[in-house]
Amino acid sequence: MDNKPIERKSIIKPTNGWAALDLRDMWLYRELVFFMTWRDLKVRYKQTVLGVGWAVLQPFLTMVVFSIFFGNLANVPSDGVPYPIFSFAALIPWTLFAKALQDASRSLVANSHMITKVYFPRMILPISSVLAGAVDFLIAFVVLLGMMFFFKITPTGNIWMLPLFLLLALITAIGVGLWLSALNVLYRDINYVLPFLTQFWMYLTPIAYPSSMVPKEWQAIYALNPMTGVVEGFRWALLGTGQPPGMMTLVSAGVAVVLLVSGMFYFKRMERLFADMV
Amino acid sequence: MAQTAIKVNNLGKKYVIGTSINTYRTLRGTLSEQFSITRKQKKDGRLPEHIWALKDVNFEVKKGEVLGIVGRNGAGKSTLLKVLSRVTEPTTGSVEIHGRVGSLLEVGTGFHPELTGRENIYLNGAILGMKHKEIESKFDEIVDFAEVEKFMDTPVKRYSSGMYLRLAFAVAAHLEPEILVVDEVLAVGDAEFQRKCLGKMTDVAKQGRTVLFVSHNMSAILRLTEETLVIDKGSLLLRAPTSEAVDFYLSRGLTQEGQRLWQSNEINKRSAFQPIALRVMDGKGNLLDSVRSTESFNIDFEYTVKKNIKGLRVGIYLITSHGEFVFTSFDTDDPKSFEKHSVREPGLYSSKVTIPANLLNGGRYVLGVNASAYRIKTYFHDEQALAFNVDPSGAPGTQWPESRLGPVRPSLKWEIKNLEYDRK
Repeated sequence: MDNKPIERKSIIKPTNGWAALDLRDMWLYRELVFFMTWRDLKVRYKQTVLGVGWAVLQPFLTMVVFSIFFGNLANVPSDGVPYPIFSFAALIPWTLFAKALQDASRSLVANSHMITKVYFPRMILPISSVLAGAVDFLIAFVVLLGMMFFFKITPTGNIWMLPLFLLLALITAIGVGLWLSALNVLYRDINYVLPFLTQFWMYLTPIAYPSSMVPKEWQAIYALNPMTGVVEGFRWALLGTGQPPGMMTLVSAGVAVVLLVSGMFYFKRMERLFADMV
Repeated sequence: MAQTAIKVNNLGKKYVIGTSINTYRTLRGTLSEQFSITRKQKKDGRLPEHIWALKDVNFEVKKGEVLGIVGRNGAGKSTLLKVLSRVTEPTTGSVEIHGRVGSLLEVGTGFHPELTGRENIYLNGAILGMKHKEIESKFDEIVDFAEVEKFMDTPVKRYSSGMYLRLAFAVAAHLEPEILVVDEVLAVGDAEFQRKCLGKMTDVAKQGRTVLFVSHNMSAILRLTEETLVIDKGSLLLRAPTSEAVDFYLSRGLTQEGQRLWQSNEINKRSAFQPIALRVMDGKGNLLDSVRSTESFNIDFEYTVKKNIKGLRVGIYLITSHGEFVFTSFDTDDPKSFEKHSVREPGLYSSKVTIPANLLNGGRYVLGVNASAYRIKTYFHDEQALAFNVDPSGAPGTQWPESRLGPVRPSLKWEIKNLEYDRK
């Protein structure tokens, strides 16, 4: 790799309306994505007793609550696998997503001192805060494998597809994260909206219940939620339940890409206001 | 022909102040603005006020030039640097930049208190646009410069403020961009560290890189830069060789030798107090641009009082060119005089003071004026009314051709005793 510093001839002038994405700039600053992710990871569990244990504990406790209320008391079907495994396999990608939205939406405001002092592509902040969550995901994933071992469930041969579903979750999280972070600079209401958004979204996603419970005629609309594709994909690749990826997954992926691209453009459009407004 | 590093064309930056319309938005606010009659109401109410932090600024910097930028607080210097370093977008005009811009707008940007010194060097470097390998190759140099070897693996939240600052400056100073933008970093840290920072900046300039240097420290500006921009109220007033620009700035270009006359557009016509002139003179009434340290001189402030003013005091500040105050003195400091002039009636006045011989050290000084009634009202205030020189020749100790530290150079009586001899 070349050791040359970032160098370029550039023109600074006012921009109006929708601006080009300038992906080249992002590429020049790719190392900063890594450093910011690494910083978020390093700092995240400082001065906590349980440290990285929190990454596991949050989805694990939710799983316990779900197992008691939905699995045992309400007898929600779980496609023939033990309910704890059924819900935990969905909660892991969901926790990644929900945490990513929370961190990304705050990322610009939390780093306002950087935004008002130095130039760098602002998109790096929400993106790296989403990526930092991926490490928590990996740790929780190891716990899931341990649980599957305990319940004597072997992962299916489709487990190699798992990274693709993880990617889908990340793309969705970054897309929504870009929207929320840019909106949060201008409208701090986002802080108050987000907990509800996350909660509604969770019930719209087949986490506590299988998607087969959703009536046939609603399935197409139901698939518009990209997290449906992610959660269904996780269960299918790990536990072999539900349908193999098909139209529903494609619809989910399509929506995720739309969220990402529109998020990037909206972010870019608002970017010029950040330093003055944050 | 030297190549262009920065070209600024008709640059303008507008901020909205006053109302909350654009400064702090909430969804509710925007929605009601869009859909309801409040929009109309706002129009007949207070309109958002605009302020042009920069207006029609044009200049060009060649590669390898070291350009100073001076101006009072709020003149637009920092906004200019923010636009140049792409932190904020201009409202009008454009800037053409050749090469990477490194900014020292504030050292330590992105430092995280929980991370160690080592970790922060990498993180801060990346934020400033350095590549990992670049940081690695300069790591030892940075640590050396900051003098914090022992604490490399300590979280910076346990650093003393001096250590923190040294480390932060060290990273930024080793960035080696083609264009370095520096804003008042030298206002912080101890004298030794400031000297080191100035040295580093001189090195940067010697390597043929372009430097834009904003400071209130005139001696640093004089030492480091060849040319200087003077900015006031968002406009570029002057671009000139530094010594000329600094003089212009300190006296705002309105001095004739030893005299400042206030123009009618500079004064508030409704004010009860209106300044006319400030003069530095010798005993015979001749105007002086340069006074001798060993001779006394007079400062004369001429003004009119339009209405009765109770408890007025008219005085001067003496300030060094580094911006340090030497002293403040008012014409009614003496209680008897204050009693006698308890009410100043309308008329033309002169308040004159004699500065004794053997008080000031050599150098350039700025005179400020103030007319106020204590805790009631400030009628007039100008911290940069007039600049003048003090020539130290003949002052105590000038047999050694060194410059003496400190703004005063009194003639003091010393007594030297040989203690062994006297004991006998």
